[in-house]
Amino acid sequence: MTEIIMSQTPPILHGPSEKERKYDRQLRLWAANGQAALESANILLVNSGAGTVGAETLKNLVLPGIGRFAIYDEARVSEADLGVNFFLDDSCLGASRSQSLTELILELNPDVQGSWYPNEDTKTLDSLLTDSPVFTVIMYTHPIRPEQLSRLEAYGQQHKTPLVAIHSAGFYSYFQINLPGAFPIVDTHPDETATTDLRLLNPWPELVAFAEELTKDIDGLDNFEHGHLPYVVILLHYLEQWKAAHDGKYPTAFKEKAEFRKIVQAAARTNNPEGGEENFEEAAAAVVKTVVLPSLPSGLKEVFEYEHTDPAEQRSGFWLIADAVKKFYEEHKCLPLPGKLPDMKAQSKVYIQLQGIYKAKARKDAAKILQIVQASPGGEHVNPAEVDLFCKNAAFVKLINATGGGASDSSSGAKISRADRLKAAADREFANDETAALSLSPLSLLPIYLALQATAHVGLSTATAPTTTNSESEAAETAAAAEAEKQQQQQQQQETTRGFTAESILAAVAQAVPGVEKRERVVQAAREVARAAGGELHNVAALTGGMVAQETIKIVTKQYIPADNTCVYDGVGGRVQVLRL
Amino acid sequence: MATAQVYPASEPARWIYLDRIRTRPGPFTNPDIFSGEPVAAAMEAMKILVIGAGGLGCELLKNLALSGFKDIHVIDMDTIDISNLNRQFLFRQADVGKSKAEVAARFVEKRVKGVKITPHNCRIQDFDEDFYMQFQLVVCGLDSIEARRWINATLINMVDEEVEDSYKPLIDGGTEGFKGQARVIFPTVTSCIECQLDMHAPRAAVPLCTLASIPRQPEHCVEWAHVIAWDQEKPFPELDKDDPDHITWLYQKALLRAQEFNIPGVTYSLTQGVVKNIIPAIAATNSVIAAACCNEALKIASNCAPFLGLPEENYMMYSGNDSVYTYTFKHEKKDDCPVCGQLARDLAVDPAWTLRELVDSFAALPEAQLKKPSLRAEGKTLYMQSPPSLEAQTRPNLDKTLVELGLEAGQEIGVTDPAFATVLFKFKLKFKQRGGA
Repeated sequence: MTEIIMSQTPPILHGPSEKERKYDRQLRLWAANGQAALESANILLVNSGAGTVGAETLKNLVLPGIGRFAIYDEARVSEADLGVNFFLDDSCLGASRSQSLTELILELNPDVQGSWYPNEDTKTLDSLLTDSPVFTVIMYTHPIRPEQLSRLEAYGQQHKTPLVAIHSAGFYSYFQINLPGAFPIVDTHPDETATTDLRLLNPWPELVAFAEELTKDIDGLDNFEHGHLPYVVILLHYLEQWKAAHDGKYPTAFKEKAEFRKIVQAAARTNNPEGGEENFEEAAAAVVKTVVLPSLPSGLKEVFEYEHTDPAEQRSGFWLIADAVKKFYEEHKCLPLPGKLPDMKAQSKVYIQLQGIYKAKARKDAAKILQIVQASPGGEHVNPAEVDLFCKNAAFVKLINATGGGASDSSSGAKISRADRLKAAADREFANDETAALSLSPLSLLPIYLALQATAHVGLSTATAPTTTNSESEAAETAAAAEAEKQQQQQQQQETTRGFTAESILAAVAQAVPGVEKRERVVQAAREVARAAGGELHNVAALTGGMVAQETIKIVTKQYIPADNTCVYDGVGGRVQVLRL
Repeated sequence: MATAQVYPASEPARWIYLDRIRTRPGPFTNPDIFSGEPVAAAMEAMKILVIGAGGLGCELLKNLALSGFKDIHVIDMDTIDISNLNRQFLFRQADVGKSKAEVAARFVEKRVKGVKITPHNCRIQDFDEDFYMQFQLVVCGLDSIEARRWINATLINMVDEEVEDSYKPLIDGGTEGFKGQARVIFPTVTSCIECQLDMHAPRAAVPLCTLASIPRQPEHCVEWAHVIAWDQEKPFPELDKDDPDHITWLYQKALLRAQEFNIPGVTYSLTQGVVKNIIPAIAATNSVIAAACCNEALKIASNCAPFLGLPEENYMMYSGNDSVYTYTFKHEKKDDCPVCGQLARDLAVDPAWTLRELVDSFAALPEAQLKKPSLRAEGKTLYMQSPPSLEAQTRPNLDKTLVELGLEAGQEIGVTDPAFATVLFKFKLKFKQRGGA
């Protein structure tokens, strides 16, 4: 395993490179492999509407160094843009918004490349999608023209490109991640405290022998040695004693564990100068969490039970390894050992020996898995490092979008449409709200989603901005600016009358989910969306752009766990809710 | 439904989106306290203070400038480092070494027309109450708990019940990796930073004997180099944690130590991380938390929607590690808070402790976190850190046990620390029996 090899090689004694210094604070989160994934990402933003949330999202991706981005935005910079968008200034008035945004966002990081559309060579979204190298992730902001949305969805399906829809208006926003299929993540970064797996109830021979050797004359040990027995060894010793006194059975019920803990506590020496032993305290404190039978965590169970619909997907490294781990689990009734030993009071040498025993067992298990993988068709191409990572994180592997993304419903075989999923979610959420006061849980934010969704295509200007470039004369620029401003003002007046009244929003909600339009929370949400009339608040756009950037980073690096699949933000109450829609 | 009137700012076309919201009531706006007409002018006249021009601070300045605030001050004593550039988006490579407050202020002023930003390149402790009194709102984006506690104590100390202007709402943000929090404090009315101190407990220190004789982890080797080897060998006159030569020295020492004990995992990056207590930070999280803070600032300044703080929720916890999760709740004010409460707080002590053990215990105590405490009991001085004469006079007490000093269960002691000069931490002693070492 790579970790071992590194520790044996004398490290180079120079400091970090310039790039490592610049990215130090994020490399501590996603390491060099995550950074490499970001740097090879190519992200498209299809921007429209007030246009700030897209810019804020890109800012948060350009700073950590995504490889390249493209902005498609047909708008020209208006006065209203300057009051809400930080990546535009007075000199941009009347110019192409995609060009101005691209230029000011590129200033943030010289390592990143960016391009803007439409331009003289590429005039439409369709030609951009046709002529560009495949995009890693596509983000689009609402309102968007229905025909452009269909084009993006078709592209996402065809190229297996994740799409992220974003809508920010007034105090409200949501984003929705549309993954092209089941999305497995191995490197989920669980909390360190959750990852301890010591196998105290199914120890292997080397571990048993080590513990026996240290405790065979436990009462004869001097105070120093007794006070420095690692708690793993202490627990193994007293578990053996327990077994001998209980027909070969381990303490597994809660009551038995409590009794066992008392035995461990009572075994500590108190007639020493310290009046107690820290290692025995550690041992007693660890009983409930570490004296456990091996079990199959729900995330991995979902992976094991997943039914493939796509044969190509099935042959990927992840699924080959998952199958091998499943076989291993069926045979050994436990997962491959992760091999990490938490810190505990012990002498250095003893601790390092014990650590070595855990690591050796982990290597052995990983080698077995690799063997199974390599014996399966296509398995010879799987990278052993990928197998190691899977084995270390097996208990925390997670499958996102296991049933969505056009996959069929496994129980009925029928395809569930997006509209039906939304109706089912509405039933569930409004039923929950009935009891929310009793359970002290906050009310559903689904009404916000419904009200925003009702304006997903509202407020679009019908005229497409002409494409111009820097080569055009100043006079033309100024004329264009004046024209754009006029257009914008007309548009704003129209917006308030067209589609942005609470009544028209509620009518659209009623079409999507009949019957909910009379609910007070839905009416309130509609009124709040009407108040914004398609305008953004900078703070809400910035907050949403931060969340979308986090999610995009998680999708691109395949680290941490992305939201599945819709995240709604309420800037009045100051909270978010994730809904599966 | 009738559409309410928009009361525009001085440049109506530019601020149309903002004005629609801040000058018109929504379904959640409290009509008793909201009036749309004066909002734009009132916000333009407000003075708002930003503390910190780092990861959160850059975002705060941008957000406030685009929220209709026109008179913003910013305090930061730091200079720009290359490791800031992955998130502190107002700074460029060419700005490395310059004052954060000054560069940030100039950038936002240039980008957003009509906003005035006054930078202060100094410590918050360099200003007195008169300075802080001029602001209507304070927004913090700090990485130090100590600075937060200081401004919190200062703002609470400034409250004069008879002067409405003396209540300065404090909005505070903090981030770590994909997680963070935003909270709103109304001095003396809601739970304060000191009330919430135990939510940010310090990391448990590794015992000195582990560092000195039984290291097991790479971090133990780094701490040994930092705490023990540096003092013994003094390779440079003073440790500068930002000097790569100093970190390299510590790294090499730690590496030799690790090799001696066969401990894997000591790297330059780990060494730097442990010595400087580096907290991972990214633009995306700062964006979320700073925006959550400024959203509250806008609502407080305009009353256009309910804000955090009064009367219910005052704290939003955010986590992006596993999906997206927020928990927005009311943190209760504590009657025994040393800053905003009246009562003494219970303190469990072992009567057999020496005074030194008691003094040392305040650093790790989650609800105190005092590094240089001085102690008094009713009618007598137990230990004073300064002046030197008083320190020398009270030093012999350090080796006496609490019983020998005549301290009794139920007795009150007062603790002060130079980092929070205005605060008297009152504790009521509770005797416990000695457990393990």
